[in-house]
Amino acid sequence: MPPPLSWIRPEPWGIHVVPADAWIDPSRPVDRALVTHGHADHARGGHGQTVATPETLAIMELRYFTREGATPVAYGETIELKGGVSATYIPAGHVLGSAQILLEHAGERVVVTGDYKRRPDPTCPPFEVTPCDVFITEATFGLPLFCHPPIAQEMAKLLDRLAAHPDRCVLVGAYALGKAQRVIAELRAAGHHEPIYLHGALVNLCRLYEEFGVNLGELRLVSEATKDEMRGRVVMCPPGALNDRWSRRLPDPITAMASGWMRVRQRARQKNVELPLIISDHADWGELTRTIEEVSPQETWITHGREEALLRWHQLHQRRARALALVGYEDEDD
Amino acid sequence: MEELAALIDALVYTRSRNEKLRLIAEYLRATPDPDRGWALAALTDGLDFPAVKSSTIRNLLMERVDPVLWTLSRDFVGDTAETASLLWPAPETHPAPPSVSETVELLAGMTRKSVLTELPLLMDRLDPSGRYALLKLATGAMRIGISSRLAKVAFAQAFEVTVEEVEEHWHGLTPPYEPLFNWAAHGHAAPDTANMPTFRPFMLAHPLEETVVDLADYAAEWKWDGIRVQLVRMGGETRLYSRGGDDISGTFPELLDILPMDAVLDGELLVRGSHQGGEQGGAASFNALQQRLGRKVVSKKMLAEYPAFVRLYDVLILEGTDLRERPWSERRKVLEALMPRLPASHFDLSQVIEAIDFDQLTQIRAGARDEAIEGLMLKRRDSPYIAGRKTGLWYKWKRDPLLIDAVLMYAQRGSGKRSSFYSDYTFGCWDGDPDAGAELLPVGKAYSGFTDEELKRIDRHVRTHTINRFGPVRETDRSLVFELAFDSVHESKRHKSGVAMRFPRVHRVRWDKPPHEADRLDALKALIKD
Repeated sequence: MPPPLSWIRPEPWGIHVVPADAWIDPSRPVDRALVTHGHADHARGGHGQTVATPETLAIMELRYFTREGATPVAYGETIELKGGVSATYIPAGHVLGSAQILLEHAGERVVVTGDYKRRPDPTCPPFEVTPCDVFITEATFGLPLFCHPPIAQEMAKLLDRLAAHPDRCVLVGAYALGKAQRVIAELRAAGHHEPIYLHGALVNLCRLYEEFGVNLGELRLVSEATKDEMRGRVVMCPPGALNDRWSRRLPDPITAMASGWMRVRQRARQKNVELPLIISDHADWGELTRTIEEVSPQETWITHGREEALLRWHQLHQRRARALALVGYEDEDD
Repeated sequence: MEELAALIDALVYTRSRNEKLRLIAEYLRATPDPDRGWALAALTDGLDFPAVKSSTIRNLLMERVDPVLWTLSRDFVGDTAETASLLWPAPETHPAPPSVSETVELLAGMTRKSVLTELPLLMDRLDPSGRYALLKLATGAMRIGISSRLAKVAFAQAFEVTVEEVEEHWHGLTPPYEPLFNWAAHGHAAPDTANMPTFRPFMLAHPLEETVVDLADYAAEWKWDGIRVQLVRMGGETRLYSRGGDDISGTFPELLDILPMDAVLDGELLVRGSHQGGEQGGAASFNALQQRLGRKVVSKKMLAEYPAFVRLYDVLILEGTDLRERPWSERRKVLEALMPRLPASHFDLSQVIEAIDFDQLTQIRAGARDEAIEGLMLKRRDSPYIAGRKTGLWYKWKRDPLLIDAVLMYAQRGSGKRSSFYSDYTFGCWDGDPDAGAELLPVGKAYSGFTDEELKRIDRHVRTHTINRFGPVRETDRSLVFELAFDSVHESKRHKSGVAMRFPRVHRVRWDKPPHEADRLDALKALIKD
């Protein structure tokens, strides 16, 4: 009989599920990929078969033209793979379509979270705690200083600033997949029903979210708007466009950025941000540690982020953990 | 404290000077006494609480947070106060946050010992932003780019008074400046500072440009290349103020015990040297003076190597008599009569230049470069000493700038309205013959001197000629030449090229000039005068 958990092997370019000959979120093309969600550091094109939620597959088709070998698995559904391995897709609460993957083999259970958060998000179903032997987690915000404030507070900050400057617009830099749509949906929930103006790079993903039933209200293209009509309005763009030439067409924009990194003043200043909005689609320190306590695995594996501090936390709480050195993960813009 | 914390946060993220002024003015209007006075002192780094040190904060945190997690967090954030504000464990109960004045009172009462129990109680009453403000205030290291000048302008804006009045009344008062607020906000009589060694706002000059003046009405003096200072002795106490009204007495201790009478004197601070001739011997270039500026502790060696003195050009108050309403010619006579009573070791007189007419003066000015001085000052003979810059009374007539052709090497994005433009440039000159493999070495930076239209064109050039990116900086392919104007050039050990320019700015963009025809370093070095 093989030693426990020898069937799952972390490699630098992904997690190998050996008996199934499948890889989770591989960073190079493989025959069979199990993909947790549509962000570029987890989902790549060129695989023989791609197993993911229908939402994630739609995102991948839009972004990487992945169509062949697409195998949809709904939330809660289990798919049998080769070698006696089964995979169940469970909501991760990160972005539309994001899933944790529960792998079962020879009586052992492994959960790969991909990226996740525990806070409510109107654009995707919430994270579900799934008991397991090995919990493979991210640690993007794995330092105790990270504590994302309630999102309503950040929305109030944005709307207050907007009201104080009726002649200007607030330009919000937000990651094109997930963050942008969540900010728009939260603005609507906060009672902001004015048109919201979009950078062209956000249009297709916003449309896709709406096709999956996320109502984003009235959206307009910046390229089709006049400078004057955007005064007193919210404009959304990817973080890279914040200080770019593109923004010259806007009416004296107040530069905002929606990111968990905005918790640290120097980070915001480096990006020339005037209005930092602490909004993240990743678990903060409290969410990470609470989740590990609730899941209570025999062992935690940490894929990427600030693993040193999370390892230290495991040591202090007499829990077993190890850091995997996976390449290509992590997104500075979140 | 919440309002002050919000103000500090807003200031941290604001780059526009006007917006900073607006934020501070709004706070000052909305906040009651004495909180706003304490806040004003805190913003200008005017508060110090010796019991609270950075090490105190670290020790308090190490008792509450795992030391390994503290260190990892501190390394990530890069600032002890900010890390502590974020990591401080949320208290079980939430007592009411303290006011600014309560905070100041509590901090002032703390000792090295009691701080360990009392500071945590304050921390527990605040949220992360409030804790950040508290710790920055307590350690006296706000460092959010608010100069005392900016604070005074904001104060003037808040209460619709002139900044000159604020300057005059501010000094000599201690935080929380209640008489100042009573005067500006509540219309009480101005604080009586007549017998205090306070700063009196300077009279300033306009650029002469194309104006021609009659020397019968105007007197000419050299414009010295030092720093403008005001030396004040009142009630036996002496202070030295800089052009911005900052008290720099501590930096120049040799000037504090030498005035034999109460007086307010206006002059140029210089250090002894062989340039800038004066009656009692010469002064060194600005480069030498720079060795003395900005120091909190002055060594004996510094005092010996760079002895400072004041070249006087005006007297505002002498032995109880305020001369500011008198014409310049009369003040000048008083000053000349005063000179023999002052120690020649530390004072000399800025001579009036004798010229028959404006044409002769123009010739004298043309020779000014050799004197390593900045140009000429023209002062209306019948003008009183008026704070600020009033047209027609004083003119500065700077000598023509030096010019050099240099090649654009790096460009960086600006801030505020210029944040989408590459508007800050680094230029280089050739270290030899460019056709024989010479390289460009950076010689200086410039951010101004071009129109908005030119900026757009330069920005396009930078974007289409980028060969490397380093964060916000782009390295260009070194194909564009700029004619730079600058006031002088000095040797510098801090730059690889060995030279540093003073006040470099763009004079012209030389779209036409091939880069190999730009100037060589030798040409720049030949302009060094010190």
